[in-house]
Amino acid sequence: MMDIKNLIVILLSSVLVNNYVLTRFLGICPFLGVSKKIDQAMGMGISVTIVMLLATAVTWPIQNFILDAFGLGYMQTIVFILVIASLVQMLELVLKRLIPSLYKGLGVYLPLITTNCAVLGVTINNIEDGFTFIESMVSTLGCGLGFLLAMLLFSGIRSRIDERNIAKPFQGIAITLIAASFLSLAFMGFGGIVENIFA
Amino acid sequence: MQNKSNMSVFLKGILKENPVLVLILGTCPTLATTTTVTGAFGMGIAALVVLICSNVFISLLRKIIPDNVRIPCYIVIIAGFVTIVQMIVKAFFPVIDSLLGVYLPLITVNCIILGRAEMFASKNNVVKSALDGMGMGIGFTLALCGMAFIREVFGNATFAGIEIPFLVPYKIDFLVKSPGGLLVFGMLIALVYVLTHGKAPIKREFSCAGCPSAGSCHTGSCQLKGDEQ
Repeated sequence: MMDIKNLIVILLSSVLVNNYVLTRFLGICPFLGVSKKIDQAMGMGISVTIVMLLATAVTWPIQNFILDAFGLGYMQTIVFILVIASLVQMLELVLKRLIPSLYKGLGVYLPLITTNCAVLGVTINNIEDGFTFIESMVSTLGCGLGFLLAMLLFSGIRSRIDERNIAKPFQGIAITLIAASFLSLAFMGFGGIVENIFA
Repeated sequence: MQNKSNMSVFLKGILKENPVLVLILGTCPTLATTTTVTGAFGMGIAALVVLICSNVFISLLRKIIPDNVRIPCYIVIIAGFVTIVQMIVKAFFPVIDSLLGVYLPLITVNCIILGRAEMFASKNNVVKSALDGMGMGIGFTLALCGMAFIREVFGNATFAGIEIPFLVPYKIDFLVKSPGGLLVFGMLIALVYVLTHGKAPIKREFSCAGCPSAGSCHTGSCQLKGDEQ
């Protein structure tokens, strides 16, 4: 019972309180770049979640059974980024062959994910937080869902911004960042909610 | 003539094509590490070192690396230099290591470094690539320090950890929290536009040319952009 509570706390805190995009600033590039339309935001969010889950499932055993066991901890960055790059490439090939319909939807986003710092960030964070395998997977799922949530909310906000008349210096990226700031402010309101949920 | 063009390669990164404020690259570390001037400076210097090394190395190897596997090659080269920097920082500058945390290994996926490798170092000679890396790195450091100055001085009433007494009663906590970072960044971009009378080649939207991930698009032309038009 305690375990499940613990997992729920990890999940909720990574979706709402420590939202990767809005409070930890990881994955800002796709968040600003691909959030113009709701279907693109959805596609990107889902692809990132899948790649994050796969990457954690592979990197956690690598860290604990290979790098730590042989004292190669300093190779972490190189090994993880290689794993992520090859995973993305493989996922692309597999989807292309086996599920072409899904590939049509998500394929565009996959090459963009290799350089998404949220994926490398979540794998490294899981190791640094000392999570077990199950905890790592749950926290990764939370991060992915948090990313998706932020993307969806923000694409809605951006479609409203596009209809407005904005002062010239603020047009484009400046007003987008300021809008993101307000969204981030809203997410700050979740702080403290998770600690007290089972109290 | 040769010297002049080398000079302009170096200078364009600092002002005209400032990676943070004009090209809007490397937004993640910009927002995350600018809560303290010390952290921002450390981040800037670490990225500068990696940028120069990787630019030189990639430029040296540009004729050897096969075109279709170039992105993975670049990433491995960059990750190698990041690991070296990471070990040096951990050994000699533990304060900066604790301030930067996970953002130090994340220099690997910093868009500026991969972007410069793809757009500049893979097409130019070693001297020019080194100058380009230096210019971009200094531009990045200056922009980070400027932003950190605003956030730390007004948000926390300190400068590089030293308290500024007369500002203490007026500090705006909001600025050092995450929404404050986004707000200051947006305001600065608008300010750059005003200061240059709208003449700076400001990227008003994310486009393929400046897209940090364009390098890893196998298609060459960004399909996402095609959708939007």
